[in-house]
Amino acid sequence: MISVQSEDFNLGDEYQALTKDNVKDGAVVTFVGLVRDFNEGSDVNGLFLEHYPGMTEKCLTDICQQANERWALGRIRVIHRVGQLDLGAQIVFVGVTSQHRLSAFEACEFIMDYLKTQAPFWKKETTSEGQHWVKAKQSDQQKADKW
Amino acid sequence: MINVMFFAHLKETLDCDQLQVEETKAGTVEQLRQLLSQKGEAWASSLACGSTLVAVNQAMANEQTGIKAGDEVAFFPPVTGG
Repeated sequence: MISVQSEDFNLGDEYQALTKDNVKDGAVVTFVGLVRDFNEGSDVNGLFLEHYPGMTEKCLTDICQQANERWALGRIRVIHRVGQLDLGAQIVFVGVTSQHRLSAFEACEFIMDYLKTQAPFWKKETTSEGQHWVKAKQSDQQKADKW
Repeated sequence: MINVMFFAHLKETLDCDQLQVEETKAGTVEQLRQLLSQKGEAWASSLACGSTLVAVNQAMANEQTGIKAGDEVAFFPPVTGG
């Protein structure tokens, strides 16, 4: 259900795994987060993702369980990459299936909102002015608090 | 012994990724934080309550959380994944 890895992932493969032999679910929602080139007024060239091995996996598993309790879901898949990531690289994947679209949309957003505020990952950006640790955003916390 | 870990900018500022503390010296997170803050100004400011989160045995904890021999305690900044 969850993976924390340095390797890239393939969106097509993940979609296949969510839908293969799964005819009871009529909805699949997937989200992919990428390394973008601009943050807080600086050009970003890439980033390093640090994590807390062990706790990260526990935390992601717990978030998926919470989603399962709140919505009637079929399959859930979460992948988060760690280590050095270049511009445009895939960082995170969340895929959810359910019988109907609303549950899948909401659960996908819930998992991302919780992941961003609870899972122990930290981004260090490389910019034209050097490297710095990304500061947590209040708006991310507010989004998570809404659930 | 209690194994204490540090992540992200704390690890860099303190130049320390982990250390061991004798369990008799700190029975709660609050006591451990006070003990480590005595190591110097960088430690005191980095570990200041409010700006730093703490986990005990890989679950989010608070100042009153008890700690005992064999526990793993981690201090880290607010998370920024995703």
